[in-house]
Amino acid sequence: MSSRALAPIGVAGNLFAFALDVARALFRRPFQLREFIQQAWFIASVTIVPTALVAIPFGAVIALQVGGLIKQFGAQSFTGSASVLAVVQQAAPIGTALLIAGAGGSAIAADLGARKIREELDAMMVLGIDPIQRLVVPRVLACMLVAFFLNGMVSVVGVTGGYVFNVVLQDGTPGAYLASFTALAQLPDLWIGLLKALVFGLIAAIVASYKGMNANGGPKGVGDAVNESVVITFLLLFIANFVLSMIYLQVVPPKGG
Amino acid sequence: MGVEIQVHDLSKSFGKQLIWGDVTLTVPAGEICVMLGPSGTGKSVFLKTLIGLLKPDKGSIVIEGTDIASCSERELYEIRKLFGVLFQDGAMFGSMNLYDNVAFPLREHTRKSESEIRDIVMEKMDLVGLLGAEDKLPGEISGGMRKRAGLARALVLDPEIVLFDEPDSGLDPVRTAFLNQLIVDLNAQIDATFLIVTHDINTARTVPDNIGLLYHRHLAMFGPREQLLSSEEPVVRQFLNAQRVGPIGMSEEKDADELAAEAGQELPPLPPIPLQLDPSNGIPRRSQRPAGEWCRENGVTPPPGSFQSSNAGLAPGV
Repeated sequence: MSSRALAPIGVAGNLFAFALDVARALFRRPFQLREFIQQAWFIASVTIVPTALVAIPFGAVIALQVGGLIKQFGAQSFTGSASVLAVVQQAAPIGTALLIAGAGGSAIAADLGARKIREELDAMMVLGIDPIQRLVVPRVLACMLVAFFLNGMVSVVGVTGGYVFNVVLQDGTPGAYLASFTALAQLPDLWIGLLKALVFGLIAAIVASYKGMNANGGPKGVGDAVNESVVITFLLLFIANFVLSMIYLQVVPPKGG
Repeated sequence: MGVEIQVHDLSKSFGKQLIWGDVTLTVPAGEICVMLGPSGTGKSVFLKTLIGLLKPDKGSIVIEGTDIASCSERELYEIRKLFGVLFQDGAMFGSMNLYDNVAFPLREHTRKSESEIRDIVMEKMDLVGLLGAEDKLPGEISGGMRKRAGLARALVLDPEIVLFDEPDSGLDPVRTAFLNQLIVDLNAQIDATFLIVTHDINTARTVPDNIGLLYHRHLAMFGPREQLLSSEEPVVRQFLNAQRVGPIGMSEEKDADELAAEAGQELPPLPPIPLQLDPSNGIPRRSQRPAGEWCRENGVTPPPGSFQSSNAGLAPGV
């Protein structure tokens, strides 16, 4: 009874131990540059288009929502600023995270899971090669790199989308939208956005690798591992986002506040 | 020249279920051993424990002075370089073609140039009869070819110990016979210690120097081939002769009623012991013992007709 109740804690502990293993393997030479580049290219190729397509409505929804609200206060000239703040600080890292976890993470979990049940990982260990160093570390770094760049792309596409919707649909003035950018938003907002993207990429890759490498029970086990990795990643990402946002708002006071 | 594996008092369980306990045996250096057992007795688990992929609950596995059951991960990765392992389905890396698969250990562990690697890879591919298939992906070839490719990869670092996980599962009898001959030839050539996990009786009767039998969560017997093939011990006798009469039942062991019902039945006589498979060049292997030597030394009369032919007591066609 108690063992069943404590099982989730065991899983969390294993995940953390796995993350430490990855951290340790990070500094072990030789670094797998080739695998890293291949994985970065692969993750980028499965995430760029969907991320761009998600970013447009993301920016638009924020522009519409904030624009409508702000109109009632008679402060339309701040629409640009508000939507930049929301996109750069929250929407971009979250959008990135969803795509990295949903497209990149699931691909990693499926790949490693399939290798696990085909005994490829066992074979690798028997050949004296640590799969964490050989396979997981390049994937984690690739995920972080791609998340970093995707975050920039989502920011740009999101703000552009917001601009289009504000100017075209809500009759905002282009000049006011652009001019108000720096009224509320500040440079540290960009840094926290990028930091979040890095952390989210890290979490997504670690969870996906852990789940993939611990898949068992045949093809169904791989499916379960992919499914669990996406769900767990989403949960962790939203918690991490909350914590990071809280800390950030405490450390860096909002502009004009 | 092969190394010895000393297994002492090894136990492994998953959760509360004991897989096997108190397994003590010594796999002699340079010899071929076969580990037999009914399906589901943890033969593959035993193999994975030997290479440190699974941690035993207690006991020790000593290879060249290192205890695999308790050594550090770094030592484990070092000692694994002595091993070549053929997995059940070959375990080829699906994203690489056969050439890259076989070259993989060389590229990771040695500083050899690509042309040296090419020579070694081609030699091993030739050995397992896969020349010309280097550019194929593992998904494009048959199970038997995957197995042979896995063997080529296992041999590429010149291992001291070669472990085979069911080399004959899923192969037709002809390919199995060829693979068995290949195993014997390889042993004659590289003198490594071979351990084969299987439940194929023909393989067990003709290939090894020693046989072990895992049954009912323990090691029922381990010893020279002739000892087990001439043994009257019920489990050993039933398994090595593929009979229904005996303690092994359909699911696990038989219950008391079933055994009582069999009490009066006469067991068929032990079939003759076949000759051991010779290397194809005819020169006996270094670890090979003359036919009938063990029986003579231990005063055991082998079943009539023993040591007359190489397929006595076997299923036809071998």
